[in-house]
Amino acid sequence: MIRKNELFTKHQTIIQPKKGWQMVDFKELKNYKDLFWFFIIRDIKVRYKQTVLGGLWAIIQPLLAMVVFTLFFGKLAKMPSDGIPYPVFNFSAMIAWTYFVNTVTISGSSLIGSSNLITKVYFPRLVVPLTPAFAGLLDFFIAFTILIGMMLFFHIYPTVMVIFLPLLIVIMMLTAVGVGTFFAALNVKYRDIRYVIPFLIQLGLFISPVVYPASMVPGKYQFIYSLNPMAGVIEGFRSILFGTTSFPVQMVVVSAFVSVILFLSGIVYFKQMERYFADII
Amino acid sequence: MSKTMIKVDNLSKRYRIGAKEQGYKTFREAIVDTVMAPVRNFKKLKKLTKFNDLNHQDQNRSSFFSDDVIWALKDASFEVREGEVLGIIGRNGAGKSTFLKILSNITEPTTGTVEIRGRVSSLLEVGTGFHPELTGRDNIFLNGAILGMRKQEIEKKFDEIVDFSGVDKFIDTPVKRYSSGMYIRLAFAVAAQLNPEVLLIDEVLAVGDVPFQRKCLGKMEEVAKGGRTVIFVSHNMQAIQNLCTRAIILQEGRVVIDGPADEAISKYLGEGMGLKAEKDWPNIDSAPGDNVVRVHAVRVLDRNGKVCANFDVRDPVSIEVEYSVLEGGHRLSLQFYFFNEEGHVIFTSRDNLDSPWRNTACPIGRFRSRCNVPGDFLNESQISITYGIDTIGAFHLGHASGQHVVVFKVSDSMDSEGVRGNFPLQWRHDGVRPRLPWNVEKIV
Repeated sequence: MIRKNELFTKHQTIIQPKKGWQMVDFKELKNYKDLFWFFIIRDIKVRYKQTVLGGLWAIIQPLLAMVVFTLFFGKLAKMPSDGIPYPVFNFSAMIAWTYFVNTVTISGSSLIGSSNLITKVYFPRLVVPLTPAFAGLLDFFIAFTILIGMMLFFHIYPTVMVIFLPLLIVIMMLTAVGVGTFFAALNVKYRDIRYVIPFLIQLGLFISPVVYPASMVPGKYQFIYSLNPMAGVIEGFRSILFGTTSFPVQMVVVSAFVSVILFLSGIVYFKQMERYFADII
Repeated sequence: MSKTMIKVDNLSKRYRIGAKEQGYKTFREAIVDTVMAPVRNFKKLKKLTKFNDLNHQDQNRSSFFSDDVIWALKDASFEVREGEVLGIIGRNGAGKSTFLKILSNITEPTTGTVEIRGRVSSLLEVGTGFHPELTGRDNIFLNGAILGMRKQEIEKKFDEIVDFSGVDKFIDTPVKRYSSGMYIRLAFAVAAQLNPEVLLIDEVLAVGDVPFQRKCLGKMEEVAKGGRTVIFVSHNMQAIQNLCTRAIILQEGRVVIDGPADEAISKYLGEGMGLKAEKDWPNIDSAPGDNVVRVHAVRVLDRNGKVCANFDVRDPVSIEVEYSVLEGGHRLSLQFYFFNEEGHVIFTSRDNLDSPWRNTACPIGRFRSRCNVPGDFLNESQISITYGIDTIGAFHLGHASGQHVVVFKVSDSMDSEGVRGNFPLQWRHDGVRPRLPWNVEKIV
């Protein structure tokens, strides 16, 4: 047992079976920040390669969904929209929702898609499911500028509460990353996840205020409803951008709390499963 | 004495392999099975990451060696010193790749420890993480980062990488448009810039054309001579012999031989394929073949027609197959493949030029077909024979075959009578060493 430290001093690596709980090695993550960056660049560059419309897809996806929803829910079903023109009302939710859906979907299958990397080279595996969450931000901001254009068109102006926008974006990212990394790790062992994700996402559209305002949910269910962090994010977006409803403090606080729990449990589960990835992927 | 760079201590790695699934007999069983499958699948998938707890006293219990668990590596221990170039040899499934994966931190060992001193780079594959849609330039950065290089480091070496790869004209073209050769050259060029203290390499030389392989070997030689510590896994004995100072033989996950490269390789070859000059099948029903042909025996013979396994390079060697033709009307042909000890085919030969039945159907009866290899033709090596008897014609149909059925050794006594004349060094690089007529004359 003396051998260890007298022989090995600088740059020493000890490889042995891991025991107990695995924590995130932040120092190591920092060492691999260049790799993280190149992964993000790769995802952005590759996303719309060899498509005719290219980066326009970032706008078209939420825009087309908005048009369909406006026709069916806004015009036909006469869905209330908190006194805002329905297209803007819906699009403000679509940008956050599209980000969430894309991140969870891409993240959830990211490890499997990188099995070649995982079995051939070492790097902190967390980089893989985290990448889509950052690469997706570009699409998010592109769509956001469209929203700003629509607001100008309808003469809607944000309130001072817009300073909370970064907070809402962070909640949105934490939620997407938490769910995405959890699914990514689970997917390595149980490929059922591939079929579960689309279903859950469909379900998520119904329990988030995308096509309807959260005010439609009866008061006694409001708390349960707000356990979905995306509900708080979307309602928060509308409040600070349009100012027609007061800032949903309670809802956003619950959202923030839940998103942190989702994020932590996603990362923790991922770290516990990480040691098996190369063997069972 | 140089420092210990890698210390491997009782390293073991266990994998769970899928147990065999049972087929169903009836439609009903199939339906019941589909309904019940989720439960069974869940148990099976759950088991992938769960093993019965083990401690060393327990190791002989039968459950420890349950049938769907294999030990890819078992109690491997050794040390590697600074500047040493260690070759790891073993058949497929001997645990070589598992070993490199543990050392590269890709997978964790089941028991045991490895201590590595210094910066490690591992090259289990060239071009890991290359994205087909990205340009050569983008891929250099991506691949470099994946291999553990910093951005500045890659920027600094960028020109050198492009230069080494020779694809400078296409550097802004997506790599999916590259020829496979260009792709591999670019990938290797990135990997060649790694400058670690400990380098782990797996079979990367198995790809690419011969000039490229030479280039890789040259680069590796440079690395090895630069005093860095290298662990090199390969099937290519020649490469191991040229590059490595020491070699380890893995067999079923255990270190069976550890010693100087030359010694280890010859031991490995001696044990891996024992010499065997005759193989016969006394029982015709279990003999290789079908209802057209059955093989009785395959033999290696010396110049006197005696079964023999050891030859001098100057000796003629005959290989014969004795077989029965059970059904007439087929135009049969026998082919031999001569393999050298590196497992490469040196040449092949067919009997259909000299056979009396070369253009007609073969009658029923017992036959002997013998191929005579002249002396001063084979190179020194351990040679194994694979044979095949087939019908030639519009439909090529195999009747009987066997791989590496007989093995014999050709050695060089090093006196000056053979092709080598008075050339004193090794003559092992070629498949054959034929005696060819030369004209040497003084013209001025």
